[in-house]
Amino acid sequence: MQPRTSPEVGGMGHSMKRKEDPRFIRGKGNYVDDIVLPGMLWMDIVRSPFAHAKIKSINTEKALKVPGVLAVITGETLAKYNLHWMPTLMSDTQMVLPTEKVMYQAQEVAAVIATSRYAAADGVDAVEVDYDPLPVVVDPFKALEPNAPILRTDKKDKKDNRIFHWEAGDRAATDKAFAEADVTVKQALYIPRIHVASIETCGCIADFDRVNGKLTVYMTTQAPHAIRTVFALVAGHVGLSEERIRIVSPDIGGGFGGKVPVYPGYVIATAASVVIGKPVKWIEDRMENLQADSFARDYHITAELAARKDGTITALRMKTLADHGYTDAAANPSKFPAGLFSICTGSYDVSKAFVEVDGVYTNKPPGGVAYRCSFRVTEAIHAIERITDVLAQELKMDPAELRMKNFIPKEKFPYKSALGWEYDSGDYEPALRLAMDKIGYAALRKEQAEKRARGELMGIGISSFTEILGAGPSKHFDILGIKMFDSCELRIHPTGKAIARFGTKSQGQGHETTYAQIIAEELGIPASVVQVEEGDTDTAPYGLGTYASRSTPTAGAAGAMAARKIREKAKKIAAYLLEVSEDDLVWEPGKFSVKGAPSRSKTI
Amino acid sequence: MIPASFDYHAPGTLPEALALLSKYGDDAKVLSGGQSLLPLLKLRLGQTGHLIDIGRIPGLEYIREEGGLLRIGGRTRESALEGSEVIRSRYPILHDTAKVIADPLVRNMATLGGNLAHGDPGNDHPATMLALGAQVVATGPKGERVIPIEQFFLGLFRTALRPDEVLTEIRIPVPPARSGGAYLKLERKVGDYATAAAAAQVTLGSGGAIERVGLALTNVGPTPVKAVDAEKFLVGKKPDAATLGEAAQRAAKAASPSADRRGSVEYKREMARVLATRALKLAVERAGGR
Amino acid sequence: MAMHDIQVTVNGAPYDAQVESRLLLVHLLRDQLRLTGTHIGCDTTHCGACTVLLDGQPVKSCTVLAVQANGRQISTVEGLEKEGKLHPLQEGFWEKHGLQCGYCTPGMLMTTCALLEKNKNPSEADIREAISGNLCRCTGYNNIVKAVQFAAERLRKEA
Repeated sequence: MQPRTSPEVGGMGHSMKRKEDPRFIRGKGNYVDDIVLPGMLWMDIVRSPFAHAKIKSINTEKALKVPGVLAVITGETLAKYNLHWMPTLMSDTQMVLPTEKVMYQAQEVAAVIATSRYAAADGVDAVEVDYDPLPVVVDPFKALEPNAPILRTDKKDKKDNRIFHWEAGDRAATDKAFAEADVTVKQALYIPRIHVASIETCGCIADFDRVNGKLTVYMTTQAPHAIRTVFALVAGHVGLSEERIRIVSPDIGGGFGGKVPVYPGYVIATAASVVIGKPVKWIEDRMENLQADSFARDYHITAELAARKDGTITALRMKTLADHGYTDAAANPSKFPAGLFSICTGSYDVSKAFVEVDGVYTNKPPGGVAYRCSFRVTEAIHAIERITDVLAQELKMDPAELRMKNFIPKEKFPYKSALGWEYDSGDYEPALRLAMDKIGYAALRKEQAEKRARGELMGIGISSFTEILGAGPSKHFDILGIKMFDSCELRIHPTGKAIARFGTKSQGQGHETTYAQIIAEELGIPASVVQVEEGDTDTAPYGLGTYASRSTPTAGAAGAMAARKIREKAKKIAAYLLEVSEDDLVWEPGKFSVKGAPSRSKTI
Repeated sequence: MIPASFDYHAPGTLPEALALLSKYGDDAKVLSGGQSLLPLLKLRLGQTGHLIDIGRIPGLEYIREEGGLLRIGGRTRESALEGSEVIRSRYPILHDTAKVIADPLVRNMATLGGNLAHGDPGNDHPATMLALGAQVVATGPKGERVIPIEQFFLGLFRTALRPDEVLTEIRIPVPPARSGGAYLKLERKVGDYATAAAAAQVTLGSGGAIERVGLALTNVGPTPVKAVDAEKFLVGKKPDAATLGEAAQRAAKAASPSADRRGSVEYKREMARVLATRALKLAVERAGGR
Repeated sequence: MAMHDIQVTVNGAPYDAQVESRLLLVHLLRDQLRLTGTHIGCDTTHCGACTVLLDGQPVKSCTVLAVQANGRQISTVEGLEKEGKLHPLQEGFWEKHGLQCGYCTPGMLMTTCALLEKNKNPSEADIREAISGNLCRCTGYNNIVKAVQFAAERLRKEA
């Protein structure tokens, strides 16, 4: 397929050097820790060595004597403003700073405010906390046993450690299909807790301007507008109203989902700035990042398939235990506490399916972010692909053949899966065949057999994934009630150049180039002169940020739609200037010309 | 990430450095490359009142063979060891070792003396020096003291170096003809400490039997492990597969690894055995054996 | 606490500074000299985001004290571009999409700058060995290797 625009315009299909790179290759990126504000103070955090413990006392006397230390903030301090607890993105609650007990190792216990980074670190060392250790629950299965200690004692009437039970599909029909099947297979899968570990850790500078009552927070966040709204909800009662909050997400050194949650550090720094009236910077170090920030995965999945002797899959059943840590601070749409796990029928035509997920509390850091994927789809696709391989082994069938036997056939699209997802189009078999050809699959199997005869093991892995991304349509997708749309605001300057602002936030994805190319495609304005901006809630239109592979389908599409609106407007103007009706105009990228008289034209 | 406060001194001569060490005693640490010490201080796992930086003292970085010894200055950088033609061609075990310490950037600062003096059983040079039968030269206010390497490592982070001494030189006997050595390290990723590692240095007699052998293991005990029993077993024997295998078994028995994220006790012991077998085999090959 | 007067030359320009003994070189560069191109990514000397050249040798500036750099030459990423002309490595990273978020990039540039000084024609294995102390979480390294190969070829042509 040939690009429709010229290389100078650089619309879709053209490869171009990224527009954001000039600053990064010169070391002139603007990451949060690069920013310095006049009078800025530093914050560092005291963290619990225990996974579960009562706090008997916090002694700040020595810390306050450390040169440069100005204040030590504890849960008691925040409790005065009812800021010691805050909502999570899943409508659970989490501690900003504890007043009674800690519930995970490395949990924030107190914060030191000082005049320098080094003094703050010394202050942290000097805070003395007396803990009374409590029994620790780190096994999610044990957490559900009848006599397990109840972790969320803050929730009155909570009698267990279960967070949610979620299910999709038809349990009865699926159970019946399993009972009647020729063959069934079952496999327990554990996808361990992993850590996103972007090279830049999290941090912020909270700057409360007392005169104007305005809060500005420079923050490593993938979703600045959502954060602004959450801040307004959390701190509205102390006078921080949404129109007076500005979140600025500058350059971000990798997000991967880990920069979506609202970490206690951000809130404590904000409280400190409000109380002290000076900017407060907090940058976590790597140990804190690895120990306390939001994890991904931690799913214990039991996957089952029912099939006929010939390999036709008749049913899928999956039961999952989701270990969420001490609170549900996942970043999922509210209708989907287990994210989009129900995509686990994958690429296959499975007529009966049932999936259930139980979320459970444990003494671990909270979370559940979409690490390098859409919400929980890696877990889902791993499970279906793995159990498909298990079925192939059971039937002594080639795993590629088994897949092709069960792919949703082309004729069945649009296809409604047994778990409720509509797949609009697809032609899977040729795709797998092409991959097999390119890798020389038959030859690899032959090689494998020869090696096995000699006692040498060689593995050949196949994975076919169909996953759901681009959250998302408002019918299904919201974060804390805010629908997961996204926006573009596009303005054309008098000299024909443009500025486009979006509600997403790149952390390396290259939006400054990609979005410019989308607009260039629609308008014929060179991508090189389409300025793209994101991240400042004072100027960018509302959006839900960048994670879970959502940006191009939502904000990118918004960009295309905005550009088309501009093109419609331009058409009116061109018709007027050319003294013809709009129907007499022909569009090619960058130009309207008169039908039949192409020399009469107006460029965009 | 931020060390606690300390005072810093940059003496220009060795006597000045020694005077400072005597003055501050236990409250002072020598700063050589700093690639083991500074990370420790940054995490506040250790503390000191005074850092005595020996980096400004001339004459502590050299690699030269003289008088039947390879003499290496205590402040010689790992990258210098790695790049040295003498070491690459005549002391391959040492080249192997330098190459697997941390990563290339760390090796530009890290020093041989520091690697030994730190007393961390996870460091790589100790096992190699044990295999080579090296000597450590400790310079103190009363002059030089030569410490055989077998007497140098006393315990976890404890060596025979006194608080008022600087490790100024390492001496390795120039190996006779028909000698070869190898250092093999199993690590989870570049820059990691060894899950297990084995250092083997072998000299073959004219008949092809093992005349002299040094075999030692890294990170499978509180100190580097010299496989004495395995060494005794090997002397006088032909280095065939069964013999080397038996020696490696004995070496593994001498290990006392701790279970951690790198593996269980059984796994580490087994890896020590496998690496010892391979290191011996490679050392023999390099010695001109089969 | 004793303060030390030090002088360092950074990208050819002399700077005087008064520092605590414990001040890390990376903090001297970032916080005092406001050269924020050198980044911090870990606490354990692993990631290499802080890589600078110290007397021409690439080192991790988070594990060097500012006082150790007294009287010495430091090169940071800000010094690669000369009079508006990008270093071939900078061209290479841009041309070959060798970066995404840009955070590890300065460290990668300084390490590979030193590599190409020493080795005009590095093999792929040489390049991968040289950057083995620099971590990247975005790119998967392949385009970084291509960027360095691009620069090596450009430098050989210019020579």
